[in-house]
Amino acid sequence: MPLFKSPKLVKLEENMQDQLREHMTDEEAFSLAKFDEKEVERVGYSNYSYWRSTFQVFRKNKIASFLVYLVLAILLFTFVQPYLPNQRDPFIANNDTVSGKPLRNIQPGEKGFIFGTNSIGQDLWSRLWAATRTSLIIAISVAAIEALVGILAGVLWGYVKACDLIFTELYNILDNIPSSLVLILVSYMLTPGIGTIIFAMSITRWIGMARFIRNQIVIIRDREYNLASRCLGTGTFTIIFRNLLPYLVSVIMLRVALAIPEAIGSEVFITYIGLGLPATTPSLGNLINLGRQLMLSPNLRYQLIYPTVILSIVTIAFYVVGNAFSDAADPKNHR
Amino acid sequence: MVKYMSKRLLRSLVTVFIIVSTVFILMRQLPLDGFLPNVDKMSQEQIKNSLALLGLDKPIHVQLGNFWKQLILHGDLGTSYVYRNNVATMKVLSTKIPLSVKLGTMAILLGLLLGLPLGILMAKHKNKFPDHLGTVFIVFIEAVPAAVYYLFIQLYGTELFGLSLLFREGDWRTWILPVFSLSLPDIIYFAMWIRRYTVDESTKDYVQLARIKGMSEQKILYRHVFRNAFVPMVQYLPSSFLNTVVGSIYIESLYAVPGMGGLLIDVVKKQDNNMVQAIVMLFSIVGIIGLVLGDLMMVLLDPRISFVTKGGRR
Repeated sequence: MPLFKSPKLVKLEENMQDQLREHMTDEEAFSLAKFDEKEVERVGYSNYSYWRSTFQVFRKNKIASFLVYLVLAILLFTFVQPYLPNQRDPFIANNDTVSGKPLRNIQPGEKGFIFGTNSIGQDLWSRLWAATRTSLIIAISVAAIEALVGILAGVLWGYVKACDLIFTELYNILDNIPSSLVLILVSYMLTPGIGTIIFAMSITRWIGMARFIRNQIVIIRDREYNLASRCLGTGTFTIIFRNLLPYLVSVIMLRVALAIPEAIGSEVFITYIGLGLPATTPSLGNLINLGRQLMLSPNLRYQLIYPTVILSIVTIAFYVVGNAFSDAADPKNHR
Repeated sequence: MVKYMSKRLLRSLVTVFIIVSTVFILMRQLPLDGFLPNVDKMSQEQIKNSLALLGLDKPIHVQLGNFWKQLILHGDLGTSYVYRNNVATMKVLSTKIPLSVKLGTMAILLGLLLGLPLGILMAKHKNKFPDHLGTVFIVFIEAVPAAVYYLFIQLYGTELFGLSLLFREGDWRTWILPVFSLSLPDIIYFAMWIRRYTVDESTKDYVQLARIKGMSEQKILYRHVFRNAFVPMVQYLPSSFLNTVVGSIYIESLYAVPGMGGLLIDVVKKQDNNMVQAIVMLFSIVGIIGLVLGDLMMVLLDPRISFVTKGGRR
């Protein structure tokens, strides 16, 4: 109880009671109120919108905003490149039109090859984009599977008590195994291919995501504002989407974004071991591995450097954008 | 404390049991040429006899039982038939393990030695040039796959300093690049951690008080902040251990270090099932030991941490 009530407040309260009396009889005032969704969700003077605030905060990060466009441009170009005019087939070994000799190891920019040719005369430019395509397909699939399975498992883990023990034990085991070992073991056992790599990377990754989601849910679930929502009769789905999800978006997006550079790196690693995609399939791992075998002759080094430059740009862009977006998506950083 | 640790150990043993058994059962599903190198040239009769000789014709649970018996009684992780002809895998590994351990330990130490000063430097010049430069370095190492920058360190490192491409145990100069490459993930982790901790902690009450008392920034850093920062950092050591183990697979092969990691790639290429199995099991066991040690060290270092649950927990 406040010791002192300001006259203004007293007057306000009186006004309110007058208004109430004007509108309803005693009987009405003491009957059960009906559930009105609009009234429940009504908040004080605020035009706060989660997504708008997220984008506002994100736009302040100049480097990340630039990299978003870069990522989009690279993604677009990677998938559009084969349909552009004057592109060569990445699989054909080119021969000289006059002499018929194979055009091996042509330096970049010479004879119309933008990035030169490799040791059997294939066009490095189109191979590079085909490789980026393969690697991105792998990476995006891994990220999507992690998000899908991880979120589902995490929600189950957090909300269903019976699942807790099973998932916790599973986590204790899976978390102890280095993912690279799983990758090696699975690739060793199955036939190499895009599916194998995606499968091998996805087996262990999802549990990390599930763990994050579960912890967040357990922390946030019983906070006062959720209790209040539940008391006001808000449905479970509304609670999940409006109260819980904004806190999860930042973590989910971060893990999804970081899964992409990691998956690209894993592909390079597993190719080096000799368990990657077949050497005929262009992938960043295969290109880098071929380039590595030539790296000691300085005039052929371009075959290593171009793939690594593209790979570095893609991975760094995803990493920075992921981090910046996760900062922006965290409601704690909204003003 | 004792109760917690024994529980923790028991749990790790269960994990080891599950991992080793799973790996063993999975490996038995592979084609036979990973066990019998000349399987193509053998007749049905010969294959049958060889399988019986190796005990591979028995049902899987009997094989698993035998494997565990050998492992527990003799520390035997199977026999290599492809990479070496009929030599116990442990015998092949025993010469390689010490070198890998030496390399890994040096890498973690170098990580601490370079990472901590870098982090402190960045925190001191927060939002100024050294901080930005450090951040760029950290982002680069974090984002770009290790498989790529390890390659360039080898390529340009050996060219610039005139070092040998390949590792020789007796020549200390050939240790520099492998150890440095292996320590990079540790360097950036420690740097990142110390920077964030120092920045967060510098507004806390106890630091403010120390400052009001007139303590120099240097002293505050080393007396207060640093000591507090060190305890959670120990938590990272096990995963750093794991990283080093995995990193060593690539590095050892690049520099032809005759260690465990390089060996794994060799035997994968030669398709020796038993060797692959032994190394994968050994790496997992090493990883789990690392995690247990990390927990143990944390309890020992910080009296405030206790894993024994007290009353009142939800």
